[in-house]
Amino acid sequence: MRTIVKYVMLDLLKNRIVMGYTLLLLVISFGMFSIDANSTKGVLSLMNIALIFVPLISIIFSTIYVYNSAEFIELLVAQPLKRKALWLSIYCGLALSLSLAFLIGVGLPVLIYESSATGLVLVISGLFQTLIFTGIALLASVKTRDKARGIGVSILTWFAFTLIYDAIVMLLLFQFSDYPLEKPMIALTMLNPVDLSRILILLKLDISAMMGYTGAVFSDFFGGKLGMLVSAIVLLLWAMVPVWFSVKQFQRKDL
Amino acid sequence: MLIASNVTKTFGKLKALDNVSVTCNKGQTIALIGPNGSGKTTLIKTMLGMVVPDSGFITFDQHNILHSWHYRERIGYMPQIGRYPDNMTIAQVMDMMKDIRKSNVLDEDLVKEFKLPALAQKKMRTLSGGTRQKVSASLAFLFNPDVLILDEPTAGLDPLSSEILKQKIIAEKEKGKLILITSHILSELDDLVTEVIYMQDGKLQFHKSIEQLQQDTGQVKLTQAIAHVMKTH
Repeated sequence: MRTIVKYVMLDLLKNRIVMGYTLLLLVISFGMFSIDANSTKGVLSLMNIALIFVPLISIIFSTIYVYNSAEFIELLVAQPLKRKALWLSIYCGLALSLSLAFLIGVGLPVLIYESSATGLVLVISGLFQTLIFTGIALLASVKTRDKARGIGVSILTWFAFTLIYDAIVMLLLFQFSDYPLEKPMIALTMLNPVDLSRILILLKLDISAMMGYTGAVFSDFFGGKLGMLVSAIVLLLWAMVPVWFSVKQFQRKDL
Repeated sequence: MLIASNVTKTFGKLKALDNVSVTCNKGQTIALIGPNGSGKTTLIKTMLGMVVPDSGFITFDQHNILHSWHYRERIGYMPQIGRYPDNMTIAQVMDMMKDIRKSNVLDEDLVKEFKLPALAQKKMRTLSGGTRQKVSASLAFLFNPDVLILDEPTAGLDPLSSEILKQKIIAEKEKGKLILITSHILSELDDLVTEVIYMQDGKLQFHKSIEQLQQDTGQVKLTQAIAHVMKTH
């Protein structure tokens, strides 16, 4: 497995898009921190980058990469290699290089300007988004044979997690505003890795006081040890479950 | 050595393989013949584990190949259309394969005879179809495998290279390896094969030794024998 990871990594590190992505993140991060002397504002802006832009790039780039590696995959399945190992190697290669890009592009500036617990939560959340959306990309590309459709599915998935899901939650909130919704809200948040990460970061920023009663309930749950543990487990599950399903699918795929 | 039992595979509505059972033994050179779309390549791909059959199973040395991968160390496969990562050079592809197989005994006869070292730094996407075929052939023979599976090996090769490849196949046949070839150029197979498998519409029509086929059809040449078969089927 290490051999294949090596070849995928070598290919990706030479890739111009990964390099451009790293540079872009670096420029944005330094820019955000230098605009304002208050680095908390920088963290807030970077949060949106880490929770919207990073998932988008991770999911689209990974989907396209897997489709473009069709020849590579076809060549290697006829070789004495485990299919599972081959697929996981591609995932590891992608996840490692995109994480590296994020660590350099966002981790480094955060370390310089805001090396606090908040900064750490931001970087960890961004890393999780990279892992999660790379995994979803692999699932999307193994399920659909057609490249254009696969990319479409990926973009829609990203839309669903960053926009549509929030809209539905809002709708529910207004429709059922007469009922106590705090506990169901926590459950709903768990179902979306982007929302979950956002709340974790916002709570670290201590502006949850502005979020009213729901904010207090969130702060009570996610601020505690149990909440942290549950959130970490949920994010880990989000990173592992799609990949696991894609492996199952790839093992039965005809090439 | 390589046995397929009641293998069935459907792609949507198309039955690519319909209850196919074949037995391939060591030392045989088998021609896989049939019209286009008769399931030859699908059969080969199921043997390599690239296509998973809907029902039936395939064994390699008495071991079911499902979920197994070690057996592929002993197979050299030359695909019909060799597809390679576009931005890798010939040398990089070769090195990667050596890295994966980790075999010390290399058979570089074909690499030398096809003069591939002179092209080693060329990217795969710039290669002509014939040169790709040469790379595929060299890779199939490189690790000195016990079983060779060649899907249309001479398609796209110039006459000289085609002859080099044919001589190499004969040399390997003499070493007692199992060789499976599909080809539409039957005249080429004449002095090569010992057995013939004939497929049509995903069904196995017959599996006979060449002597048996000559006897049954009354023809000496494979071309005529198969033409005779095609007319009567």
